[in-house]
Amino acid sequence: MSLRSKTNELRKRMKNAASGGGDKAIEKQVAMGKMTARERIIALLDENSFQEYDLFVEHAAKDFDMDKKYLAGDGVLTGTGLMNGYPVCIYAQDFTVAGGSLGYMHARKIVKIMDHALKLQVPLIGINDSGGARIQEGVNSLAGYGEIFYRNTLASGVIPQISVILGPCAGGAVYSPALTDFVFVVDKISKMFITGPEVIKSVLGEEISMEDLGGARVHAAITGNAHFYAESEKECFTQIKTLFSYIPWNNKNKAKAYPIKMPKSRTFKIGSIMPSDSKQPYDVRDVIRAISDNSDFFEIQAMFAQNITIGIARVNGETVGIVANQPMYLAGVLDVDSSDKAARFIRYCDAFNIPLLTLVDLPGYLPGIDQEHAGVIRHGAKLLYAYSEATVPKITVILRKAYGGGYIAMCSNHLRADFVFAWPTAEIAVMGPEGAANIIFRKEINEAADPDKMRQEKVEEYKTKFANPYVAAAYGYIDAVIEPKETRRFIVHALEISKNKIIHNPDKKHGIPPF
Amino acid sequence: MMEENINNDYSDFTIGDATYRTILTTKFKSRKAYSKIKIKEIHSFIPGTITEINIKAGSKVAKGDIILILEAMKMKNKIIAPMAGIIESVNVKIGDIVPKNSLLAVIK
Repeated sequence: MSLRSKTNELRKRMKNAASGGGDKAIEKQVAMGKMTARERIIALLDENSFQEYDLFVEHAAKDFDMDKKYLAGDGVLTGTGLMNGYPVCIYAQDFTVAGGSLGYMHARKIVKIMDHALKLQVPLIGINDSGGARIQEGVNSLAGYGEIFYRNTLASGVIPQISVILGPCAGGAVYSPALTDFVFVVDKISKMFITGPEVIKSVLGEEISMEDLGGARVHAAITGNAHFYAESEKECFTQIKTLFSYIPWNNKNKAKAYPIKMPKSRTFKIGSIMPSDSKQPYDVRDVIRAISDNSDFFEIQAMFAQNITIGIARVNGETVGIVANQPMYLAGVLDVDSSDKAARFIRYCDAFNIPLLTLVDLPGYLPGIDQEHAGVIRHGAKLLYAYSEATVPKITVILRKAYGGGYIAMCSNHLRADFVFAWPTAEIAVMGPEGAANIIFRKEINEAADPDKMRQEKVEEYKTKFANPYVAAAYGYIDAVIEPKETRRFIVHALEISKNKIIHNPDKKHGIPPF
Repeated sequence: MMEENINNDYSDFTIGDATYRTILTTKFKSRKAYSKIKIKEIHSFIPGTITEINIKAGSKVAKGDIILILEAMKMKNKIIAPMAGIIESVNVKIGDIVPKNSLLAVIK
């Protein structure tokens, strides 16, 4: 055979292998409002940068007449490419091929590209769209999941791993995304659950739709499994590209620096965001935007545990991870979900050399039987652990309330914040003036002719004496009390001089965080 | 994404004797009220099917007696009396599919 005919043979084989599950299955995929696996990769990566591998891999199953079936690429595309000009490893499950089910060779392809990513020290992107384990392949299918989970764990904190849920991701399959850094979901397309509606119906007799059980909104707002929510696949891809512009390519490097842009100070006036009544809310994101470059702020888990705001921004061209109490929701209290949300993000930033900026304004922990019984002690401890353990530059700005345990937890001097700044509006005290006055002056209040008047007087007395930043500053727990308009300048300077920060935690195999 | 902000109004929210104006999250508002554990009420600890009932109203039981079999996750779970007493009511019949935490029987 001539080279020409051999080349033609190759082309024929490639066309066949790249045809997915055939026209009918592809039509069905499109009818569900979904792109095909190949279209997704092409839309996500830089133009013409996708190099596919293992196109000719076939399944090796023999039972249940599987040997008579051909599954193109065994239901998954794998390869490398560029995003924003930087290399990434990627895989996308192809739902049109046997429902994207995970068989042994399917998993082998994924595992191979994961090994590449770890070896090449580049990010890994996984696009999930699969009905689950390929039952015909039995325990080999389970082995496949196990091999993936193991690699997700080894790669955790070494290379960025992101999961994009663009279809069903059910049963054991959900645990790969859960082990990765960030999970992206799309409205009406993403479905994640351990046991589906049918099983729940047969066991419980309860009926629930897939959407209500484990749709995009559920994971973005209730479970916290998802970090980014989009209305369409296109919007989702834009979010992924934005995220990648902020993060470093592996844990040996820092995030790429961008040209410095000043905040839009006419829109976000830092001096007039805070209401004069300290019990009135404001949107802490306005404070962030008054500090960040170009007033950009890329929020993470925006719909979950909204009483704490987390996200990424640039300050003076450099990526900074931001954790801020959000007085707009639940007065900004710490609770089970907000502690968990912030703690994981802090560990992410620490693993990838992203300095931490903490903005503090909280009345304390959320009281309640449900919180206590949900384990606010161990979940709250995660936050202390994450902040204490983090060795990246840590800068804290106390905007207003910093009471009790909340003061300690929000990256205080005592958890080794490098710089703690406080606005003149800061109230740093063991507890709020109302609560403190009721305890300290109980006798005087009870014995007074007019207890309410006496209480008010004592609250005012306590406020004047303690609800300010100067008591803490007198002990050196605050490094500087600053005017709001000076905030960015102080942060920029602190970041600049912290660039070569070195701190060594004691040698250990690993700690035992309370999770 | 912002619809929650628009639909939600600010409410008063009291912590540490101080009252703040803030938005209550959907999850906070839908939290379950606490109810005390009632030892005399026997609830299903897992969803499943009632396959055996060894008691009826008025039966005398000793602590540890097997009063019901609740089949779930392919296991026949023995439901035992948490205390000695007289069965006040049996709230299920054989073949019933019960969700988690549903009342199976009451002891008096």
